[in-house]
Amino acid sequence: MSGYLSGLIALLAINVIVAYSVFVPAAAGLLNLGAAGFVLVGAYTAGGLTALLEWPLPVAVACGALMAGAVAFAIAFPILRTRGIYMVLATFAFAEVVAGVLLNIPALGGAAGLTVMDYAGLPVVLPTAAAVVIFVAWLMRTRFGLSVRALHDDESVAHLFGVNLRMTQVAALTIGGAIGGLGGAMLVHQFNFIDVQGTGVLFSIYVLLYVLMGGTQTVWGPLVGAIFFTLVPEGLRRLSETSPSLAFLEEGRYMVFGVAVVLLMMWRPQGLVTRTMLERLFHRVPVAPATTETRP
Amino acid sequence: MELLQQIVNGLMLGGILAFVAVAFTLTIGMLNFLNFTIPALFMVAGMVTWALSSAGPHFGGFGWHWVPAALAGIAAAVLASLLIERVTYRYMKARFGDATEHALPLVSSLGFLIVFEHLAMTLWGADPQRFELPFENTSIEFAGLLFGVPHLIALALAIVLVMLLNALLTRTQLGRALRAIAENPNAATLMGIEVQRIVPVVFVITGALSAFAGILYAASYGTVTPFMGDAIATDAIAGMVLGGLGNIWGAIAGGLLVGLVKVLAISTFGAEIEKIPVWGLLLLILIVRPSGLFGASKIGKGKF
Repeated sequence: MSGYLSGLIALLAINVIVAYSVFVPAAAGLLNLGAAGFVLVGAYTAGGLTALLEWPLPVAVACGALMAGAVAFAIAFPILRTRGIYMVLATFAFAEVVAGVLLNIPALGGAAGLTVMDYAGLPVVLPTAAAVVIFVAWLMRTRFGLSVRALHDDESVAHLFGVNLRMTQVAALTIGGAIGGLGGAMLVHQFNFIDVQGTGVLFSIYVLLYVLMGGTQTVWGPLVGAIFFTLVPEGLRRLSETSPSLAFLEEGRYMVFGVAVVLLMMWRPQGLVTRTMLERLFHRVPVAPATTETRP
Repeated sequence: MELLQQIVNGLMLGGILAFVAVAFTLTIGMLNFLNFTIPALFMVAGMVTWALSSAGPHFGGFGWHWVPAALAGIAAAVLASLLIERVTYRYMKARFGDATEHALPLVSSLGFLIVFEHLAMTLWGADPQRFELPFENTSIEFAGLLFGVPHLIALALAIVLVMLLNALLTRTQLGRALRAIAENPNAATLMGIEVQRIVPVVFVITGALSAFAGILYAASYGTVTPFMGDAIATDAIAGMVLGGLGNIWGAIAGGLLVGLVKVLAISTFGAEIEKIPVWGLLLLILIVRPSGLFGASKIGKGKF
């Protein structure tokens, strides 16, 4: 396998992991515009452990995920005091605070970024991504997954039926945070480098868009979203190299992404993959169209 | 004196932030819509003005006088803002009844942000460009302190414009209609207000405010880039939250406060500290007192 292809697949796998970190809270109706925060915590914890303390890679990766989960658990309580736009802004502010704190830890490289020696190649990254997808798919089939879904569709009804709102939301944020940390730990060891600049506001925006474009109604949405929006821009970039007349696609591919976001929101606001669509594809029983299909 | 100069610098940066914060707070207050295209409008105005006024290889390679160039920049931003109104807010509202119930316009506006920034990058490249001014010296010295003229204009203009905006909202028929829409769009429709005709006014004002800020920013710092709006807009969002969502005077005060905190923190602790005071303060305010420092306004709390 060429270096280019394996690099692309590794990037795709990391994008999938991070997309699921945003999906778990989003499935519970909590929009997280601070994915970069959890990714940075995981990346700097794992990277710091392998680079500075020379811990073995698997232990460091696990510590990165646990640390991000712990941070998510700690901030879940204050963040859940806010709602709607305030919550989007709070997660956004959280990511900026994490970036600000990391910039001021000289041992972790500060603004120059952290370079690590240990390398997590495709044989590590790809199974991790697969495990994350399977774990979330399993999680959403459990009682917890049902609570999460109920909460997304109607908080008060879910509450009436005995779903513990606060604990479900906290658990969703914590699990999402831990997955984000895992993604960060993979990211830093795949590229042997992490810095605050490269994993900033835009990173969080793109990840949230992957998830919302893919759809939050089913577990397959983020997978489809991350694959589609990683491969299509990359394909357009390759296309731009084939002929000078297509060179505008080098920058223009992001415009294609932006236009796709706008058009999808207009025509399919619930994302590419919806519950109704999967039922129509894979079940024989006719289903009534979902009633709350406008909610992303 | 050193400290005093830093305070002046902070307030001057705050003047531009206040402008953008007012644009944000207006769309949230009126339409319950966190409009993420504001940084793009800011950038469009700055870059179009630069492209028209600098005698570079843009638009046939002739340099316009800076006044028509700036007017064209503002017009471009206002047109872009109207396009966004049509495709995000109006379309969602017409199709789903109540667009603001959901995060749809917010997500669309993120899409537009990406489109506009990369359009500018495709046209003019990602490198910072020198924004030439017809004046030799853009600062004046008074009582030993250095004042940037574009900053002073920004601050004065922001205050004047907000006073006008306030007068518009409280004294005119249009303002009464806008406040009715902010309160309850459906009830406003029943009262005979043509909501679909009046909502674009909010977007024209937003576009014009962002455009003014963008051109003044370009003039004061002398450079434009396709991503010049991002950092300013995030700080302006912080200012908006500090002032309370939907509170126009709060946005001015919040913008000035963020500018001040930022410049003072950088001058005291160095450049790397900059994110912690502003965003730490914002996180704290959001958790402890989400209505902002000055209270008021119940806007934006609904579920998406």
